[in-house]
Order: sequence, then C-alpha cells, then structure tokens
Amino acid sequence: MEASIFISILTVSFLVFLLPKQIKYYFSLILLISTVFLTSFWSIHVLFSNIPIREIETDIPFFQNNFHLTIDKLSSFFILVVNLTVLIGFLYGNGYLKPYHETKNPLRFSIHFFALLWLYFSMLLVVMLRDGLAFIIVWEIMALSSFLLVIFEAEKREILKAGISYLIQMHVGMIFILAALLIVNKESGEMSFDALKIYFSNHSNLLLFSLFFIGFGIKAGFIPLHTWLPDAHPAAPSHVSGVMSGVMIKMGIYGILRVLISVQTDLLIIGMIILVVSLISGIMGVMMAIVQHDLKRLLAYHSIENIGIIGLGIGLGVIGLATDNSALTLLGFSGGILHVLNHSLFKSLLFFNAGSVYLATHSRNIEQMGGLMKNMPKTAVLFLIGSLAICGLPPFNGFISEYLIYLGMFKSLSAANLYQSIVILGSIVGLSLIGGLAIFCFTKAFGIVFLGSPRSEAAKLAKEVSNNMILPQYISIVIILAIGLAPFLFVKPVFTMVSGMFVIPELGNITNHSLTNLSQISLVGGIFILTVVILLVYRYYHLKTKTVEIGETWGCGYTAGTFKQQYTATSYADNFIQLANPLLRTKKVSTKITEDEIFPDKKSFQSHSIDVFKTLLINKPTNWFLGLLKKIAVMQTGQIQHYILYAFIFMLLLLLLTYLNLV
Amino acid sequence: MAGFILILIAALFFPGIILRTKSIVSGRKGPGIFQPIKDIWVLMQKGSVFSKTTGIIFQIAPAITLATILCSALVIPFASQRAVISFEGDFLFFAYLLALGKFFAIIAALDTGSSFEGMGANREALLSMLVEPAFFILLATFAMLTGYTSFSDIFSQFYISNNHYLMIYSIIGFYLLIQIAMIENSRLPIDDPKTHLELTMIHEVMILDNSGFDKALIHAGTYLKFSIYGALLTNVLVPAHWNIFLQTALFFVIQLFFAVVIGLMESFRARNKMNKNPKFVLTLSAISLLAFVVVLILTGKLIS
Repeated sequence: MEASIFISILTVSFLVFLLPKQIKYYFSLILLISTVFLTSFWSIHVLFSNIPIREIETDIPFFQNNFHLTIDKLSSFFILVVNLTVLIGFLYGNGYLKPYHETKNPLRFSIHFFALLWLYFSMLLVVMLRDGLAFIIVWEIMALSSFLLVIFEAEKREILKAGISYLIQMHVGMIFILAALLIVNKESGEMSFDALKIYFSNHSNLLLFSLFFIGFGIKAGFIPLHTWLPDAHPAAPSHVSGVMSGVMIKMGIYGILRVLISVQTDLLIIGMIILVVSLISGIMGVMMAIVQHDLKRLLAYHSIENIGIIGLGIGLGVIGLATDNSALTLLGFSGGILHVLNHSLFKSLLFFNAGSVYLATHSRNIEQMGGLMKNMPKTAVLFLIGSLAICGLPPFNGFISEYLIYLGMFKSLSAANLYQSIVILGSIVGLSLIGGLAIFCFTKAFGIVFLGSPRSEAAKLAKEVSNNMILPQYISIVIILAIGLAPFLFVKPVFTMVSGMFVIPELGNITNHSLTNLSQISLVGGIFILTVVILLVYRYYHLKTKTVEIGETWGCGYTAGTFKQQYTATSYADNFIQLANPLLRTKKVSTKITEDEIFPDKKSFQSHSIDVFKTLLINKPTNWFLGLLKKIAVMQTGQIQHYILYAFIFMLLLLLLTYLNLV
Repeated sequence: MAGFILILIAALFFPGIILRTKSIVSGRKGPGIFQPIKDIWVLMQKGSVFSKTTGIIFQIAPAITLATILCSALVIPFASQRAVISFEGDFLFFAYLLALGKFFAIIAALDTGSSFEGMGANREALLSMLVEPAFFILLATFAMLTGYTSFSDIFSQFYISNNHYLMIYSIIGFYLLIQIAMIENSRLPIDDPKTHLELTMIHEVMILDNSGFDKALIHAGTYLKFSIYGALLTNVLVPAHWNIFLQTALFFVIQLFFAVVIGLMESFRARNKMNKNPKFVLTLSAISLLAFVVVLILTGKLIS
C-alpha cells in the first residue's frame, strides 16, 4: 500500500511537462509535500521506536529481485534531513524564480521542476536502496538531475562550463563506486551493501574502503576531490545551491557511513586517513573561503570546511572503534552525524540569503555590496544567524556538534597513549583553528555585505525580497535555535542511532553523562539569552532619559570621506593573506606610479586567488595529457597513403609477434 | 558562586591598580584606584552620539559582548567550590562564548563604515584566530594531566599528584595564561591602549564611535575579562585543598600581582611592530606545545 503510493508519486511526476505554466510549481509542490509526509512517517517510526529496520516490499521486478526499500535508523536520519531542506528550498524557490518567468520558456520550467523533484526522489532512494545496481542507477539519476538544475541559466557560458565540469567529475566518482561494488559482487556473489560484511570478513578492508572513499568523497567534496564544488554551487540558482550544499553532498557522507558499518579490520589506518583528509579539507576549505570575492563561492568553500568537520567526527569515531575507546566512538560519530543536520540547516539558510542578495543587487561580488542591512533587514538577520551558527558559536546549533566532537577528544586524552595523544591534540588544534578562521571569514562576509555604506549604486537601491521567500526560512531558524538551546532532544536519537550502528561498550554511562552536560548547556544558554535581554531592555530605558544624537562616523577630523574609503573584502583579508600566502598563492596585479608622472593617471589593482589543489591536481595533469595527445596527433595527416601505411605497419607487427609466439 | 562574586569584586580594583602602577613608575601623582570605575559611572550619565551609517548591530553589540563575558565567568570555579555552572567541556563553552562576544565587537566596528574601524576589526579577528590554538592546547594539557574535562574538576584535581615536574608545568601554564589574557584584552606588547594614532591601534580603534552607555559597557567588559583571567591564574597556582580564607587572600594577591605586572610591562615595554604580532602570537602556541610535552612526561607517556 505505502509502496504503491510512493511509486505512483514517482510516476505522476512526469505530468509536470503537460501542465500549464502557472500550476507546474503547485503541482510539484503537492507531490513533494505528499512524499515528505510519507517518508517522514516511515523514518520517524524507525528513528523513535525500537524497530531497527523497516522493509517496504513491492512486486515490481527489478533484475533478479523485487524492487524493495530498506529503512534503518541511519537512512531515517538522512531522510528527515533531506525532507526538511528540500521542502524549505522548494518553498523559497518559488519567489526566487519569479524574475525568470518572463525570460524563460515553459519547457525550461518543466525541466527545472522535474529535475528538482527527481533530485529529491533520488536522494531518498539513495538512502533507502541496498541493492548495488539499483543504488548505482539512482546515484546516476541524482547526478543527472542536479546537472540539469545547475545549468538552469545555460545561456551563460561559464554556467554551462561549470555544469559540464560537474557532470564529468560526478561520473569519475561513480566509476570508483561502481568498481568497488563490482569487486564485492565478484568476491561474494551479491552486488549489494548487505554483502559488504561478507566481503570485509575475509578480504583486505583498506583497499575496498579507499575505492568507496574516493567515490563518495568526490560527492562530499573532501579536498583534494572538491574541485567541482566551488564552480557548481555559484552557477546553480540559489535554492538549488542550498539543496545541493545542504543535503546532496551529504549523500557522500551517507555512503561513507554505510560502508563503515561493515568494515571490520584496518580500522586504525582507515580512521587516520579520514581524519587527515578531513583536517586538510577543514582548514584549507575555510582558508580558501576567506579570499573569495564571490559570495556564493565563499559559501561553497565553506561547505568543504564543514564536510571536513563532519569527516573529523567520523574519523575520530573510527579511531575510537579501533582503540576500544567508547567515548571517542560515540561522541565522534554523533558529533559528525549531528553536524550533517546542522550544516544542512545553516548552509541552506546562508545560500538562500545569498540568493536574496543576488536578486536584490544582481551581483555576487562582495566588493559591490555594503550597507544592505538598512534596506534588507530581514535577510540580514537571517544571514547573521546563519553565520553565527556556522561559526559554531553558542547558543546556536553549530556549537553543539562541535562540542560533541571536542568533548570526545578531550575525554580520550588522559587514557590515550603517546601517538594517540599527538593525533588527538593535532585534531583539537585543527578544529580550534577552523573555528577561528570561520569567525574571520564570516565577520568579513556579513560585515562587508550587510554593514557599512553601500559600495555601488545597485547596493544602494536594493530592496527587501518578498515575504514568501523569507517566511520558509524561519523554519530553519526555529530548528537552529531549538538544537542550540535544547540539544538533548536531538542528540538522544543520534546516540541511539550510533549505538545501533556500532558495537560500543560501556554505552549507558557515557550517554547519561553527555545528556546531563547538554542540559547544562541549555541552562547556561538560557542564562546568556536572559542576560542579553536584560541588558538591552535596561539600555533601551536608560537611553530614553539621555540625549541621543546622530552624527558622522569619526573620520579623524577629515569630513569629506566617501564610501570608497571603507574597508573592502580584499583589505579585510589582506593581513591573513600575507600570512597564508604560501598556501593560497594569491596574485596581486597593480599599475605602479612611475617617477615622471607628476599628475598620476588612473591606476588599477587586482588580486586574484587560485585554488592550489585544482591547479596542481586537475589542471596540470590534464594540460600535460592534452599536450601529449597533441603530439600524437601528428600522425593524423589527412593523407590516405599514411593511413594505409599505419595499417600495414600494424599488420607487420602482428605478423612478427605471432611469429615470435608473443600473442 | 563565591568565584563569580570574587571576580566581580576584583574587576572593581583591577584597572585602577594598573593605572596606579603606571603613574607611580612614571613619577606622576596619578588618579585614584577607583578612577576607572568612576569613569564608567560618568559615561553612564552621558548621552550618546551614533553615526548615521550604523544600524541595529552597532546598538546591540556592546550589550551582547558584556553578556558573553559575564556568562563566561559562570564556569570559573574558586578554591574547592564548584563554579556556578559546571559540566564536562565547560571550557569549550567559555572559549566559544567569548568568541561570540568578539564576533559582535568586530561586526559592530564594521557597521560604522569607517576605514579605521575596519582596520581594527580585521586585526582583532586575525589575532584572536591565532591565539585560539594556544589556548586549546593549554586546555588539552589540563584535561590530559587530570583526566577531567571541566574547569571545576580540573582545578580541584590539579595538585593531587606529587610530581615535581608539576611546578614546571604550572609555571608554563601561568606564563601562557598571562600572555593569552594580554592578547585577549588587547594590551602590550600586542596593542597599546594609550596610543594616540588610530593607525597603530587594535582594540581602541574598534570602539572609536562608541559613546556614553555603550562605551561604559565595553569598558566594564574589559575589566571583567582581566579579573576572569586573574581567577584562572589563581586556580592554576593555588592548590584547591588549601584553607579557603588563605585562598581568598591569595586570590586578591594574585590579581594584584597580575595588575602590577601589566602596569610594569606597559611602563617599560614598547609595543610590537604590527607585522610582528602574528609571530609573537604563534610563539605562544609553540610554548603551549612545550607544556604538552611536559604533560606527556608527567603522565608517563613519553618517558615511563
């Protein structure tokens, strides 16, 4: 019954092509909401009860087996995260697409909504299917539909280019996953995630895991597999970037977790690999974010950073498993998994608001903005809350997940041996650096975009976006605050989930301790908010009794200052760039004032940052390979005699080899 | 609770003692010990001028920053008594809450649209980012040494073992905490609060546009921060099982010592060149790694 509802929704979605333009959106919305209800019902049932697994059978044949869905606690968690973000994104998208209604034809909209629906369906299916072949098919649907979404504005050349590079890199990732699944199939006779346990019990764990890790890591965006991400996110419309960054890249994390459940040996080395890759992703991701001028690209690099934090939690969890450290296992995995939810909330929120800023100013360049908070107060507040949450500051949700990961590390320090201590200390330093850098980055992003005076005419004339774009985002805000202020409500199911996935000794003790801690965090968070409110109310009444004047900003006695004298994004990042330039390779180009210029002409200054990993790992090898191919292309002369000669040489070679018994 | 109240009391004296020390050393008569508190009172009575560029952020930031500092004091224990609120990992809350306050101070400075304040904001952001690892390594060594993860537990277990290396460790810890406190409060050698050129300031240039009530809140926050770090110093130096009256006396002696040290340092030292600051701050991380090595030895991990 349930399954047939689900299947019929999938089938009916094709109707979106036939409907009139005005109701395409509402039709898709109805399909989306019914799926949200259906799947949320399944997953809440599994997540908050003692039933470990829910199988949904159908009688539709699919190769040898029937098509069937399997929902365990891990799937349920991801289903809920996907539902939440996609729903908010879809509601926001209606307003975001309004300006495009005049310029784009109905077919474009049909494709867009259809792809959005199928991106959603495929993400749900990815977490519900266990059969390897079916998994690969929906994984491919996910890549194709998101590709269609990215190239919504395909008439712009750079967007099409970003889309195609995205498509290629997704397929590189798929090859790795496919190869890994085929190996499992060959060795254990069954191509599914359930067969992984059998495979891992009598083969090398490290090798197969590495294949999966590369495949899923490309989707997740771990450095150095991240190169598609900073191009694809800015290219996509903002509600799509919110969904892609909020949940689609988490499918990579899901895949890694799904494989990790079955891994049995080599845990220490696997944990170390995840940990090191994650630390590099975290630190480099945020460092590259700081130097960006494009608001959405900045957020895209921040996704890499957050994937790093998630990976850090998972890596520590695996190390905990390897060293029988219950606290590290539970808190590491839980912190990482909770951060999946947290990141999906605040990152989608930030992308939506970056989209609102783009609609209002027609630019993504931070240097063109400034002072937007005056004209767009709601957007500014939403962006501010997103920024505070992503920096991991209390009393917001980011703090809770980072707290869990930190706590796991600090608790394990005293019992750890020398090498473990060093690894853990390194991770603590890494995570604290990530925190500090994130604050640097988001004070820049928020401060330059929303505060100060406008830096361009467009920024001056910006108008607040419509309320139907703002309202859905309040859902995110409510959940962000709920996780920040009542964390035990959310952490408890995550604990149950993690303890079901892995064998953790002395579980009850750590769980109880951690939940007590979390209730204390609620308490002190409440006290903090109360203090702020009291101070502000007192300030309000106090200022009423005093004279309050409005004046100019202090300009050191100079009264003719212009908006151009403000700190820009480049100047804000400058002292950091000086420090980190060996890693970031920022190039500055400026015209110098020559000695004979008494009255200087117009001068220009440009600073440009490159993605070191992209240059070294993607561009250099491909350029080298292209160069090689060009050299070989000398053979392509266009003269028929030469081609006959090649055939003759080939036959001669074959003859010779046969004569020598080599083939 | 005692710790929280003592911190509030110490904050009343602290800035005055720094001022007195500086005036005595430079041979001036100088103001009385309560002058800074009187200044706060005077500021409270004054009206305010707000720049027309600023908005709501500029108005709420000082109150939020003060609230973060007040609430972070809640997790600091005193003597054998637990802090008002104590839980595993409360030092993370401490560090991140102070960071929240800084976040608001920085964006409030950017809200004015002034190039000076932007400059201060970005220097503050960089330095507080660089000092973070040193503080976290220090916390990690605390946790590793004692096996506990909250300020209250850590400091009550600090002097349980009788190992003599502990002295080296607490001296390193003491030194680090003083330096971190100096950076967090933007004092010499990182920043000179008495400098008179905007281009060379860090913290002072961020609050150029604040006046009246808001400025009073900012000053109060700075004084509180000093006494919070002073309380942490006391906890590192004084064993928790000593007599409570002795400890209360020592608390004030250490706060006094801390204030005098700051006064002396500011009298005899010049401020670092601005571009030397990152190196100086990173050196602290290196020193805290030294503390880590000492703890590795203390816990028998490096040399058993």
